[in-house]
This record gives sequence, structure tokens and C-alpha cells, in this order.
Amino acid sequence: MSQAQSLFTRELLRPALRDALAKLSPRVLVRNPVMFVTALVAALSTAILIEGLLHAAPDLGFQAQLVFWLWLTVLFGNFAEALAEGRGKAQAASLRATKAHLTARLPDGRVVSAATLKVGDVVLVETGELIPADGEVVEGCASVNEAAITGESAPVIREGGGDRSAVTAGTRVIADWIRVRVTAAAGQGFLDRMIALVEGAARQKTPNEVALTILLAGLTLIFLVAVGTMPAFAAYAHGALAVPVLVALFVTLIPTTISALLSAIGIAGMDRLVRFNVLAKSGRAVEAAGDIDVLLLDKTGTITIGDRQASEFLTLPGVTRDALIDAARLASMADETPEGRSIVALAGAGAPLPAGAEQIRFTSQTRVSGVLIGERALIKGAVDAVLRRLGDSADRAAASMLRELADRIARAGGTPLAVADGARLLGVIHLKDVVKAGIRERFAELRKMGIRTVMITGDNPLTAASIAAESGVGDFLAEATPEDKLALIRAEQQGGRLVAMCGDGTNDAPALAQSDVGVAMNTGTQAAREAGNMVDLDSDPTKLIEIVGLGKQLLMTRGALTTFSIANDVAKYFAILPAIFVVLYPALAVLNVMHLASPQSAILSAIVFNALIIPALVPLALKGVRYRPAPAGELLARNLAIYGLGGLIAPFIGIKAIDLVVAGLHLA
Amino acid sequence: MDAQALALFFAYTLVVLALARPLGRWMHALYDGRPLPLCGLEQAIYRCAGVDPAREQGWLAYALSVLGFSLFGIVSLYLILRCQRALPFNPQHVAGMEPWLAFNTAVSFVTNTNWQNYSGEAALSYFSQMAGLTVHNFLSAATGIAVAFALIRGFARAETKAIGNFWADCTRVTLYLLLPLSLVLALGYVALGVPQTLGASVEVTTLEGARQTIAVGPVASQLAIKMLGTNGGGFFNANSAHPFENPSALVNFIQMVTIFALGAGLTITFGKAVGRERQGWALLATMTVLFLLGLVAAYAAESVASPALHGLGLAGANMEGKEVRFGPAASVLFAVVTTDASCGAVNMMHDSLMPLAGLVPLFNIQLGEIIFGGVGSGLYGMLLYALLAVFIAGLMVGRTPEYAGKKIEAREMKLAVIAVAVLPLFILVLTALASVTAAGLAGPAARGAHGFSEILYAYTSTVGNNGSAFAGLNGNTPFYNATLALAMVVGRFGVLLPALAIAGGLAAKKRVPEGPGSFPTTGPLWVALLASVILIVGGLTFLPSLALGPIADHLQLFAH
Repeated sequence: MSQAQSLFTRELLRPALRDALAKLSPRVLVRNPVMFVTALVAALSTAILIEGLLHAAPDLGFQAQLVFWLWLTVLFGNFAEALAEGRGKAQAASLRATKAHLTARLPDGRVVSAATLKVGDVVLVETGELIPADGEVVEGCASVNEAAITGESAPVIREGGGDRSAVTAGTRVIADWIRVRVTAAAGQGFLDRMIALVEGAARQKTPNEVALTILLAGLTLIFLVAVGTMPAFAAYAHGALAVPVLVALFVTLIPTTISALLSAIGIAGMDRLVRFNVLAKSGRAVEAAGDIDVLLLDKTGTITIGDRQASEFLTLPGVTRDALIDAARLASMADETPEGRSIVALAGAGAPLPAGAEQIRFTSQTRVSGVLIGERALIKGAVDAVLRRLGDSADRAAASMLRELADRIARAGGTPLAVADGARLLGVIHLKDVVKAGIRERFAELRKMGIRTVMITGDNPLTAASIAAESGVGDFLAEATPEDKLALIRAEQQGGRLVAMCGDGTNDAPALAQSDVGVAMNTGTQAAREAGNMVDLDSDPTKLIEIVGLGKQLLMTRGALTTFSIANDVAKYFAILPAIFVVLYPALAVLNVMHLASPQSAILSAIVFNALIIPALVPLALKGVRYRPAPAGELLARNLAIYGLGGLIAPFIGIKAIDLVVAGLHLA
Repeated sequence: MDAQALALFFAYTLVVLALARPLGRWMHALYDGRPLPLCGLEQAIYRCAGVDPAREQGWLAYALSVLGFSLFGIVSLYLILRCQRALPFNPQHVAGMEPWLAFNTAVSFVTNTNWQNYSGEAALSYFSQMAGLTVHNFLSAATGIAVAFALIRGFARAETKAIGNFWADCTRVTLYLLLPLSLVLALGYVALGVPQTLGASVEVTTLEGARQTIAVGPVASQLAIKMLGTNGGGFFNANSAHPFENPSALVNFIQMVTIFALGAGLTITFGKAVGRERQGWALLATMTVLFLLGLVAAYAAESVASPALHGLGLAGANMEGKEVRFGPAASVLFAVVTTDASCGAVNMMHDSLMPLAGLVPLFNIQLGEIIFGGVGSGLYGMLLYALLAVFIAGLMVGRTPEYAGKKIEAREMKLAVIAVAVLPLFILVLTALASVTAAGLAGPAARGAHGFSEILYAYTSTVGNNGSAFAGLNGNTPFYNATLALAMVVGRFGVLLPALAIAGGLAAKKRVPEGPGSFPTTGPLWVALLASVILIVGGLTFLPSLALGPIADHLQLFAH
């Protein structure tokens, strides 16, 4: 699903063309006032053309062409929308196929259709079977392939209790078994929501789209008056203007370009997010992403790579460096955690574990681990834990020096790990959070864009401050509890700022719900997935930054095409006005700055340009304008130059070119 | 462009810009309600009127106060004009005004339009001039500034419904701004030769022995507020072309400066109130750019006289319809200034401008008189365009559009579109109506494209609350008195009410802190963008009518 898809494949184009015709239904058209008005005047022109045919009126060929292009303008708009929807529909179809075959095994062994399941039912799913409904694992542990929804074929572990208990309908258990309690009724699950979403069926106009539609409708009204009053002005000059010509002027002036592409832009924006494996529950959330002022980022996984790494060995006085390294290595060799492996790697090569060595496992009571070689116990662990284990046998002076070393490491943002050989304290290992490569540059970019970043961590303030300094994050919240997070979000929002965060645990749910953009991890609990307004199928908290970019890109595309559309009007006036008025005042021919061949050719060229610009801009509408992080002033200057200035100039060239063709083919 | 014109234009722009800051700061002091030197008098006024200035109003209450106050103004002024024969200060024994004309005049002065379908010296008593018209010159100006204050509060405040108290705003503006400035200006005008008397017209015997009546009266006092409040209604029919209403080049210059002064200052008041004076300077810069563009275009067009005169061996600038005392530069500057603002005072015949020079005043008004603009109305009109510009282009930076710390959403868009659409809607529909009905066609003196320009100008001037006349149009007929009055009412309240509604909505919103991610609404890029949106959205609508009026007129004139 995440693979790139070409914009204009035959499979997409053919249904889009069919849908474009179906969308001519007034009930569909009326949702877009500008296109509705265009269709109305096209119908009016058709009626006038038919009436003219009955009376064998002059200029019928010209009129017929105008009518043809008017309808084509409407169809192109429909086509753009259909094409955007079509890309989603293809995905929806495959999802629906998955869903159709789902069956469920109840505890009594009966196998029923998944559609009959109710909330609270418990089902058993075994190796090779598809999970029939969204739910929580109540018993068992299994690896699940979620490729059907995430596109990621590496299996994930799902087990009861904790933060990895949520399972999704349509995903496949590939090993072991689980019992699942159904949490979503048939038709309301994640898969259903996803189908509705990618199809665009549940799409509602976003607040921003509503505001833009009002502006476009207002401009249409103004131009209706501007054109509607022209016959009266012409009458004053003892002339008359033909209705089809006025219709042509009106349709070219009203913002058909942006109106035709408006819904396609919105659908494509959601679609880009889906391709990025993020599901937004509403278009409003995508827009809000563009407006984000504050990003709350979890330290682990986003700013630092998930695990701490050993970076240094610090010995106590009287202990040789080799003794410490050797003890640390031996104590960690049986330790399969990433921390343990990093200690072995840092220690370098050495003697293997002697035979008969016994591993001392880490438990939450002792909080130390190590190895027992005969009578000799080599242990490592948190400083307090090690000292407690040694008890009175530890040397007082060594213990206090150990604490000093440990404090120094903590102040530098690291985690100290004490090492002891029997009752003898050797020194500490400096475990360090490793900041992700490139994250500093990302934060600098965000800062330039005016977005404040806040690192959320359970670490103490000292450690947090040191990592914050190293990563370049704007601010940090140390020893953060879910309540702190919620309070921080509320405080920022009180100051008029919009906040985005991601989370996966049930205790994240209130903060996810409070934030303006709350991205829940797909591996998270059902509560978290319900509370957020987006779900990241890859469960990658780093993506929050890209989500902001996608939101901005959506808004930018809409703004760029609006500006382009309105700027186009200048050229259209210069094409059509002289053509219309030259019969009243021949001197007005000098306004024909493009030297268009004839009045009829000028009018026809303008209307053809107005229609053709829509499909020409469809790829831009669907792909979105180029986005790179930059301060608003820079973005504005660049986009104004391209779409504002370009919008002024392009139609002069386009209309002139079409006029050459029209005149060359003697179409008018 | 000759050196004299250049020096005049330069000096004028410089003086206006230099006055903006002190005036803007003073108006900010009025805006924020702090106690000022005459506060004892101010409090006494509130006590008499039963107003508690501390009780602020929501936008609807504010709007109803404005409407009620204006309605009272129209009715009372109508009665004064109808009954002026029986009222005092009527040494010429002027008769009461006819009903339609009185209605038109009452609406005209209360809406700050000052369109005059009558000749002041012949049709009005001194009482009507002073207690009727001059009073409304003050009050309509104060109302405009009060509404601008309310809209500024919408931007400056957060999470409140209150946008100020109309009665307090109106009182403070009149008491601390309009009255003292007018007093000083009126005394200055008297010193510079403008009459100020309650005596009857002067009867003189001319050198040829003929008897001549020379009209005088309380001119200086009306002249001061006529300009300062961008009212524009002349004491004399000839307005500021009359030697008593504009005796010298210096008086002419002062008049022009006072037209722009408060409009320029209010931009600074806005910037100061929203916490960034640069916001205000950006608006002022946009106004200045549009003003200079129009001025240069008009002066260039006016520098070439009609080709018809070339045959007579006359070359140089067009002198038709101008006071020789002022010449082309000061006349064109006056025409541009008076239409950029919603003043409408004239020191020449706009009808006699070369077609393209005549286009500029017309276009200025059609843009909504937001270039410095009417006192108050200029600022709120400009802010409405700023909202449109921010919305159209603002999305291009990838954020919901914001202006001066407020998010611009559907409600603001709806109201701004209504306010901006009122102008083309009524100007074009009423012009269309007049150009196809017998009653309308009876108005213009000229035929052809020029006659059309006369009709278009009349409705443009009234919907825009400008009040200047192209002349040549006989507007004192029931058809024109009625439709022009309608035009003035919708032009005033069709913009003012949406502006107040926006103020109410904005005040309730949170303020969004500005940062590098915010759409930049200061600096040259923004100025260029705002000016383009004004020209494209505000101007393109009128291109067809302009093509059939002044542009066709020009092309025919120079066709040979």
C-alpha cells in the first residue's frame, strides 16, 4: 500500500471518466457552488443553442463549441474529484475483499461469520487464521502479521495485558494462539473506518475548505453582478450582447479552476497520509497538523535510539582498568539486552565464559544481573542496587567514591552502572542515550518554521537537560507523568498554540484526546487508538514531524491553486472584454493586447484555456506542491512568485497559443 | 512630470506621513479609554446622557447603538431641513427643503457621504448649515472612528465579547480629537481669509454698476470639519473651488493634508493596539503605494489636453474645469486625495478631467475608499481587504490564515465577502437600472460614453459614501434622490455592520502568538500582496464598466 502509484494508469482513468459523468447529478454538483453555477449556465447555453437550431440562427457552430467547452469544464472538475477518489477506491476494494471472508471461532467451537460478532464476544484465533474483529487480547501471546493494514510484513507480538494488547480485524496470526475480546461492533471497526476513509465516502468539508468555499462563492456572486449588469450598460451604448458570449465571460471569470480541484486536493491530502501509513480520522485533523505550533516528542525512539549504549568505563582508585573491563564483560556476556550487548562490544575481545558459569538473572527485586563463576559473583546494576546487595561487606570509602563517580555521570546525562567483583567495588560503566543521527538538523528546521519542540522523558531533569542540549530540542519535560503531559498541553493551548503529540499507552489517552493532533501508535492500546485523531500504522513516533509537513503541504496546495486561479482572471479579461465591446466602441480594440485573431476566436480561446487548465493542474492537485521546511516569509515569496506571478502570466501565453490553433483550424 | 508638481506631491506625502505617528498615538490614547485632561467635562456628558462608559458592549449592542444613533440623526436632520424657514439664523429667509431632497440630504450627511443635490448658499439657512450639517460632519466622522476602534479591539483583545462602548467612543473622539483640531483649523482658516459670520449676504455694486449678491456665512467652521472628518459637503455649491472656501494655495494644501491626516493616523493606532506598530506601518505603506500609483496615472493623463484643442494651437495640460489659482498639479492631487479618502470635497470639476484622469477618482472610490479612506471607514475597509488577502495567499505558507494574531476562519470570510461585495453589487446594479430606465437616462447631461461615466460616478460616489460629484448629472429628481439615498445607506451600513460582526467574533478568539511560522503581515512582500489583492479583487469587477465609460471615452477622444 505504501508503494508509489502512478497518477494516470488505465485502471484508474477509465472508472474516473465514468464517475465524472455520474457526478453530473445536480445532487452531487450542488455541494460545490461554483461548479454548480457553471453547470447551470452550461445548461442555459445548451437551451439557447437548441432554440437557435430551431430558428436556424447565425453563428451556431461557434455557439455549439462554447457549449461543448462549458460542459467539458464541469466534467473536468468531476474527473479530478473522481480520479482522486479512484486511487482510494482501489485500496478500499482490496480491504473489502479481506473483510468479506472473515469468520470467527467462538469458545464453544462454533464458527460464525465475523459480521455477527457483538462487542464483548470472545473469540479464539490460532496460527494461520485471520483475526475477525478489532479487540483486546485477553489471553495468550502470538505473533501477528499486520501487512494487510500496514503494508509491513515483519510480524509483531500481541499479548494480553500491557500496551501491546490491541489487535485489528483482517490481520493474520502466524504463530501461537490468542483469545480476543471483541471491542468494535461489525461495521464500526478499524478496517471499516479505513475503507470509508480511503474511499472518501465519509469525507466532510474541513473548516478551512468551508471558508474557502464561501470566498469562492462570494467571488462568483460578485462576477455574476459584474457580467449580469453588462447588457444594461450595452443597452445604454445602443448595443446588445449575446447571451452565450456573456456566459463565456462569466464562466472564465469565476474561480472554476480552484473550485474544480478543491475536493481533489482534500482527498489527495488524506490519501498521501494513508500512503504514509497514517490514518487520520478526519480531514480537520490533517489541517490542524499544518497549524501545529508545539510538538511533544517522546525521548525514547524519537530523539534517542531506543536503547542506552555503554560509552565509558570509570575505575575506582586502586582498580586497574583491565580488571574493571574484564569483570564488566564477563558479567554482561549472558545478558542479551541491548545494554548488555553494548557493554560487551565496548569491552572488546577477551576470554570466553568459563564452563559451569551460572547466569545471575535480572529481577525487579534485586535489579542486578551478572554471572556466578564458582564462588566468584560478578555483578552489575544500578549503584543503589549493587551497594544494597553487597551490604556491609562493601568498603565504605570505595562506596562513597563510587557514588561520586555515579553522580558525575548522571549530571552529564548518562546512566551509571556499578560493577562489583564479589565484595570488591571496581567502578562504573557510563551508559549513554544515543541521539539519533540527523535529529539536530530536523529540530533546527522545525525551529525555522516556528515550531517549538518539547522532549518528554521519564528521566531526571539533569539527564533530560543534557540530552536536550545534545539533540538541540527546544525544551524538555523531565520526570514526566501522563498528568504533567496533559497539563503542559493545556497550558500551551491556553496561550493560543496548537499541540501535537504521539502516544501508545492507556495512560496517554487523556493527553492524546486533549492535543490538537494526537497520533496513536497502532501497537498501542485500544484506548489510545480511540483517543487520538490519527493512528500511525507503523508505530513510529518520529513520523509526527512528517505529519506536520503533510498537513502544511495540503494547505499550501489549496492556497497556491486559489492564488493561481484568481490571478488568471486578469488575462481572461483582456481576452474577452475587447472582443465583446469592440462592437459597441471599435476603439476598444486596442485592449486586445494579445492580438487574438478575432472576437469569436478570443472568446473561444479563453473558454478553452479555462477548461484545459483544470486537467493540466490535476497532477499538481493530487501530488501537492513541493514542500520543504522554511520560514513562512520564504515560503510565501517562493509560492507567490510561482503561483501568483505565474498565474498572471501563464494564461496570456496559453490563450494566445490556443488562439493560434483556433484560428489555424478555422474553428472561429 | 514637472518639478513644481513633483515638489508638491513629495511635500504633501511627506507631511501626511509625518503626521501619522503623533495623530495615531493620540488616537490610541482615546482608544484605550485612559483619563485625559478634560475628563471632568467628559464625565459630565456621560452623567447627562445616562451612559456608563465602563459598561462595554458586545458587537450586536454596539451595532444597534450605531444604527439607532444614525436613525435619530437622519430623522432630526430631515426635520431641521424641512422646517428651516421657521427656525432661527435664517437672514436670507430660505424656504424649507422639499421632502425627497431633504431625505437625500439627511441620509447623505449622516452617512458621512455629503452628496449634495442642492446649492448650499441658496437652499440652506445658517441654522441648517451649523446645527444640521456641521453637527453631522462631526458625528458621522466620530461614528466612523468609533467603529474602527471597535474592530481594532476585536484584533487586540482575546476571549471576550466586549468591543467597547459606542457612546463613550463617540464622545471621546468628538471631545478630544475632532473639536479641538477643528477649532484650531477654523481659526487658522479665518486668519488665512475664509469668512466666518452670521451676517446676511453682502450686496455690492460692481464697477459696471450692476448689483451683486455675495454669499458669506459661517464658512471656516464648516470647512475645518468638512476635511478633517472626510465629509466633503461644501458650504458653497462650488465647494473648495469657491474663493471663500479655498482662498489660497496654502489653504488648499492644508485642506488636502487634513483629508488624509486621521485616516493615516488610525493605521498607527491599529498597529499600536495590536502590539506591533509595524502592522500599522504596513497598512500605511500599502495605502501610500496605491495613492501614488493613482496620482501619477491621473497626473500623466491630465498633462495632455484634449486633441480638439490642438487645432487651436493650445498645448500643455488640460485646464478645463480648473481654478487657474491652483493649476493642474494641485487640482489633480486634490481630486485623487478626495476620492482615495471618502471626502468628496472638490476644488475642480471632475467631469472636466481627461477621461483617464477621471478614471482614477472613479476607481479609487470603487476600491472601497481604503486608500487612507474615510475617517474610520478607511481603516476598517482596509482591514477587510487584509483579511481577504491573508486568506487567499495565507494558505500558501501551510497554515490556517492568521492576521494580527487572529485565525481567519469561515465566519470572518463570510462577513468580509459580504462587506466587499456590497460595493460592486449596488454600484453596478443601480447604474444598470439608471442606464435602462427613462428616469435614469434623464439625469446625465452628456451622451455616449461620457454620459455613462456620469451615472456610474454618481452611484459609485454615493455607495462609496464619497459624495463628490462628476457634475453634469442632475441628481435632484425623485428617482435619483431616492436611489442615491438607498446607495448611501447600503454603502455605509453594508460595510460597517459586517465589520462590527467580525470585531465581535475576533474578540472572542484566542490570540495566536506570532513567530517565524506565521504569515508575514509586515514588510514589502505583504504590502505588494495586499495591494495586488485590492487591485484584482476590488478592481477587476469594475473593469467592464470602466471600459465602457472612461476608457472608451479616452480611446474615442484620441482616435484621430
